[in-house]
Amino acid sequence: MELTFKRLENVKDLDNLHKKLRKEHQESTAHRVRVCCGTACQATGSLKLIDQFEKEAAQKQVNLEIVKTGCQGFCQRGPVVIQDPQEIFYQKVKVADVPTLFSDSVLHGVPYRKQLYREFALSDPNEKVQDIPFYKKQKRLALHRNGVVDPCNIYDAIREDGYAGLAKVITEMKPDEVIEIMKKSGLRGRGGAGFPAGLKWEHTKKSGAKIKAVVCNGDEGDPGAFMDRSLMEGDPHSVLEGMLINAYAIGAQFGYIYVRHEYPLAVKNLGVAINQARSLGLLGKNILGSSLEFDIEIKEGAGAFVCGESTALVASLEGERGMPRPRPPRLSEAAGGLWNMPTNLNNVETFANVPTIITKGLDYYTKIGTEKSKGTKVFALTGKIKNTGLIEVPMGITLREIIFDIGGGMLNPERQFKAVQTGGPSGGCIPAQFLDMQVDFDTLATVGSIMGSGGMVVLDEDDCMVDVAKFFLSFTKSESCGKCPPCRVGTWQMYEILDRITAGRGEKGDIERLEKMGKLVVAGSLCGLGNSAPNPVLSTIKYFREEYEEHVNDKYCRAKRCQGMGSYRILPEHCILCGLCKQACAFDAVVELRDKFFIDQDYCTRCKACYSVCPTEAILIEKRSAHAETRK
Amino acid sequence: MLIAVLQRVQEKIGFLPEDAMKMIAERLSLSLNNVYGVASFYKHFHFKPRGKNIVKVCMGTACHVRGARSVLTEMEQQLGIKEGETTKDMSVTLETVGCVGCCALAPVVTINDKDLFGELTPRMVDDIINSVRSEHGTHV
Repeated sequence: MELTFKRLENVKDLDNLHKKLRKEHQESTAHRVRVCCGTACQATGSLKLIDQFEKEAAQKQVNLEIVKTGCQGFCQRGPVVIQDPQEIFYQKVKVADVPTLFSDSVLHGVPYRKQLYREFALSDPNEKVQDIPFYKKQKRLALHRNGVVDPCNIYDAIREDGYAGLAKVITEMKPDEVIEIMKKSGLRGRGGAGFPAGLKWEHTKKSGAKIKAVVCNGDEGDPGAFMDRSLMEGDPHSVLEGMLINAYAIGAQFGYIYVRHEYPLAVKNLGVAINQARSLGLLGKNILGSSLEFDIEIKEGAGAFVCGESTALVASLEGERGMPRPRPPRLSEAAGGLWNMPTNLNNVETFANVPTIITKGLDYYTKIGTEKSKGTKVFALTGKIKNTGLIEVPMGITLREIIFDIGGGMLNPERQFKAVQTGGPSGGCIPAQFLDMQVDFDTLATVGSIMGSGGMVVLDEDDCMVDVAKFFLSFTKSESCGKCPPCRVGTWQMYEILDRITAGRGEKGDIERLEKMGKLVVAGSLCGLGNSAPNPVLSTIKYFREEYEEHVNDKYCRAKRCQGMGSYRILPEHCILCGLCKQACAFDAVVELRDKFFIDQDYCTRCKACYSVCPTEAILIEKRSAHAETRK
Repeated sequence: MLIAVLQRVQEKIGFLPEDAMKMIAERLSLSLNNVYGVASFYKHFHFKPRGKNIVKVCMGTACHVRGARSVLTEMEQQLGIKEGETTKDMSVTLETVGCVGCCALAPVVTINDKDLFGELTPRMVDDIINSVRSEHGTHV
C-alpha cells in the first residue's frame, strides 16, 4: 500500500492525526499478525511467511493486516509471529505451518499448539507474550515500539505516541527546561562510558556558537552486540525524535547518524524513516509550525572499530582517517566538533530513551533503576545460553536474574556456568561468585568490567578463559588505529604471548609480563580503545589465574579448547572400537590392538582431531603424566 | 566526502584500482597519499579484485564461543583458499567479519551481505558452498 503524506503544519495537526490513527486502529476489524522482520528472523525465513500469509488471506478473502515489525527480541526462536489482539506468541514458524495457523488461530482464535512456546519439549505451552519467562522480567522503554510497529510506516509510530515528546517540548518547554529535565532524569550515555547525557547537552549549548550539530553514534562495532542495530531497524523514529528533542534543547541545525556499513537493513530503514518524517514536515524548516529547523543525514561507516570513539567518529564523518585526537577541545566546545561546529554526540540507545523521559515524565523515569544509574538498559544476551536475544531490563537487576530467569540457564544443562563477558573487547569477564551482583554502571566497574554498549556473552566450562582473552586481543590488535605505540605495539605483544600460552609454549613469567604490559597499555594510550583493550586479559587473570597457570606450567587446558595441550588417552570403558580416531589421526598416533585402541604419546601432536571425531567422548585429555603410553 | 566517493567507486568497480584513486585524488584536489591513507585505514576498501561471491564468516564473540573457528577452517579446506583470498576462477572470496549482529544464530556465515546461514556446524559448510555455486551459476 502506497502511503500518502500531508505536511503537519502545527502541533494540533499531529495530535489530530494521532487520535485519528488510534481510533482507526481500535475500530479496525481486520485480523492482525505481527511478523518479526529483524535480521535474524529474516535469515530464518520470515519473509517467506509473509508471502504465505498474503496468499492465505487472498484465498479466503479475509482482510488481514500483516505488520512487518523490527526485532522482537527472541531471536533464538525465530521466525517469530505474534497474533493480535490475543497476543499469542508463535515461535519457529515454518511456511507449512501458516495455513493451519491462519485458519485456526487468526480466523477463529484457537491457538495453534504446535508452534507455541514451550520452556522444555514436554512442558505446557505458554500462549501469551507476557507469560513467557523471557519477556516477563523485561521492562521496555527504549524498545517499547520495537516489535509493535512497522518501522517503514511513520503512521504506526505516530499512533504509538511517536513524536509526542517533540510536540510536548515545542509547546510546553523552553530549551533550558528540556536540558534541566535531562539532567534530573539521570540518563547516562548508553554507549559505554556512562557520561550523563544532560551535562553533555548543557556543555554543547554553553559553547555559544550559533551553528551546532547533533551526531548519533550507530557504529556498533563490539562483537556480540546488536542493540543499536535492532533499534535502528525496528524503531528508527524513536532515534530521530530523540535527536530532534536534542536539537531543540541545544539549538542545533544539522544532524548526522553514523551507521556501521555491516548493517544494510538499518541504513535502509533509517533512510525510509527520514524521508517520511521530512514529508510530514517533522524534519526540515519550521517543524510543526515552530521556529525549529533541523535535518538529519545518514553517513555510512567504512569499517573501523575505533570510529566508535567520539573524536575518531567525527574525523571519519569529515572524510579523514578515523583516528582519535587528544581532548580538549571536546566535541561540545567551539572548534572541537564536526567541521568545527560544537557537536553533541550520543549513542543510538541514549537518543531512543529521550522521548520516553519527556512523555512519561521525570517521576516515572527516575523510579526505575538504581540511585546512580537510572532507567533501563538493552542487552544482547548471547553465548552458551538457552534463550538468546535482545532484552531490556531495569538497571539494578542481578546477573542471575538475567542469565537464569530471562536467559533460561545454560544451553547445555550438563555444563556449569563459568563466566559472563560484558562490554565486549573493552569489558571483562565476571565469574560465578558475582552472579548476585546488581547490573549498573558503577557496580560492574568495581569488578573490573564495564557496562559497555551492552553485549553480554555467557561462557560455560567448555570455554577457555585464556582463549577468550586471546580472542579479544586479536580483535583489538587488528582494530588499533596505530596512533599510540603502547596500544599498537602493546596489544600485538600481548597477543603474541597469549598465542604462545594457548599453543602450549608458555614460559614462566608470562602471566606477570602480561599484567605489566596491560597496565602500560592502559596508561599510555589516548582513547578508550587502548585504555580498555587489556581489560579482558587483566580481568581473566584476576579471576581465573589458576587457568593461566595450568596453561603455562602444566601445559593443560581444562576447557579442552586449546590445541597442543595436555595428554590424550582413550578410555577403554567408553570406547566402542569404531576406529574413527585412527582414521582421523594424521600422525599415525592411534594404535589399534586386538581388543583396544591407544594413543602413542611419542607420535601424538595433540591436534584434537581424534577428540573432536569421537562419538562417545571416550578420549580423555588430562594433565601430562610421567608414565606415558607408547608403542615401545 | 572522500569516503563517500570511495564507497561509490568501489560499489561500481568492486575494488579500488590505483588509477581510480589517482583520478579521485585529482578531482578532489587531494594528494594520492591522502586518498590511499584514508582508503587503507578502513576495512571496507579493497585494493585487489574480489570474487563474484563474497562469503563472510562471522568471528564475533558469540560465534567464537560456539565454534566459528572450525567453520572457517572447514571453509578454507573446501575452497582451497585462506581467509582473505579469492579462488583462482574469481568466483568466491572468503573473508571474516567482526560481528554481523546475529549472535542468536551463532555461528553465522553471510553470502554477499544478503543471505545468512546460522547455527552452523562444520558439516553444513558443504551445503553452503553448494548453494553459492548453484545459485550464482559459477563453479568453484
